[in-house]
Amino acid sequence: MTVLALEAVPRLKPGVRRRFDAARGQHILLAPERVLVLDDIANAVLEKLDGATNIEALCAALAKQYETELETVRADVVELLSGLHDKGMITA
Amino acid sequence: MTIHPPPMALLAELTHRCPLQCPYCSNPLELLKANAERDTEFWKAVMDEAAALGVLQIHFSGGEPTLRRDLPELVAHAAKVGLYTNLITSAVLLDEAKLRALAEAGLDHVQVSIQGADAESADRIAAYEGAHAKKLEVARLVPQLGMALTLNAVVHRQNLDRLDEIINLALDLGAGRLEVAHVQYHGWALANRAALIPDEATLARADAIVAERREALRGQLVIDYVLPDLHADLPKTCMGGWGSRFINIAPDGRVLPCHAADSIPGMSFERAGERELGEIWDASDAFQRFRGTEWMQEPCRSCDQREVDFGGCRCQALALVGDATATDPVCHRSPQHERIRAAALAEAAAPPPEFKYRRP
Ligand code: SF4
Ligand code: SF4
Repeated sequence: MTVLALEAVPRLKPGVRRRFDAARGQHILLAPERVLVLDDIANAVLEKLDGATNIEALCAALAKQYETELETVRADVVELLSGLHDKGMITA
Repeated sequence: MTIHPPPMALLAELTHRCPLQCPYCSNPLELLKANAERDTEFWKAVMDEAAALGVLQIHFSGGEPTLRRDLPELVAHAAKVGLYTNLITSAVLLDEAKLRALAEAGLDHVQVSIQGADAESADRIAAYEGAHAKKLEVARLVPQLGMALTLNAVVHRQNLDRLDEIINLALDLGAGRLEVAHVQYHGWALANRAALIPDEATLARADAIVAERREALRGQLVIDYVLPDLHADLPKTCMGGWGSRFINIAPDGRVLPCHAADSIPGMSFERAGERELGEIWDASDAFQRFRGTEWMQEPCRSCDQREVDFGGCRCQALALVGDATATDPVCHRSPQHERIRAAALAEAAAPPPEFKYRRP
């Protein structure tokens, strides 16, 4: 499995879209032949991908917003984004 | 709101017309003519209904969907109602201007089929001169125009030895996903089975190549691998369950649980626009027929896998055993399994006969 570096700048790949699925009341990620259900945390992380912010800065913002330890946020975010990278949904 | 969980994806078969003649075509044997096709407004209304039901992705397919001049307009409408848009195409009729128009309309994903790794053999299979070169030219533009590209390679005994080259081709074209699909033997492919079915050694080599390269290309190229049924002992799950994920609309507007359901005798299909799509999904005979497990015979009925594979493919049970409610004979528990498997393997061991081409 890939482990993305904190300096990496992640973004959704072309053809990958995040939206709210009103019929089922959940956030989802849509990609070629894939539908991924996002929990609130994953959704909050992906909401912040703008193609300019690196993972470290992203984590700092999330830690502040949710008043959590930066260390914990880093571990969770790197794991989430690395997983999505291996699924071909983001580039970094 | 529907009673059953709503469909996830809509397969919009805009037309049955197609310029190619692949000997494994999965379209019905009885093709619909152009004058049976539905107009732009029909498809727009279908998309409105589908999106409201909870459909998330739309696959524009055919035949060859780019034969429809209103395709950009349909894509734009799908994007407007929030559907993820996928175009399934042979690409031979596309060029940069047309592709750009589709990208601007909001197309998310293009899936280009190739018939092999090199032009000579691929064009022979498609029976269309120059098809392969044209496909590559168009496919390469897809990621350049900001859309996701899937390369779809149907594999069989006549192209499987070049699987590595097919994977390299996908990388070279900038595809994010490669679908390597073994031919499924119903529809036209059944008539060509002996010319297509690989032997077990060839198959094992292909499996190993996929496993190895999938690992090496993690994060770069997603490889989806559709295994051939006839070498297997357990059937594939029928589209995630009959009437549970997919809704298929034929060129003439009939709503089908599966694009091959047409081949099952005694089935009747309702038309979109004549009844609400949600009601057709929930209550029409076609969708209720094989939904869940009630319809099953033994050995499926008492099998612990019945909610996993739903007894396999109904169309295959019909084509190979002659009964759409039978256990898919790919299953080792089917009383027909050994006989059918032995026949298929005997064909694989003999030299391939000539293709029987599909002519309009
Ligand atoms: S018997 Fe039927 S349900 Fe059981 S594994 Fe075979 S096909 Fe599936
Ligand atoms: S019945 Fe067969 S062809 Fe039809 S959807 Fe199920 S698996 Fe596919």
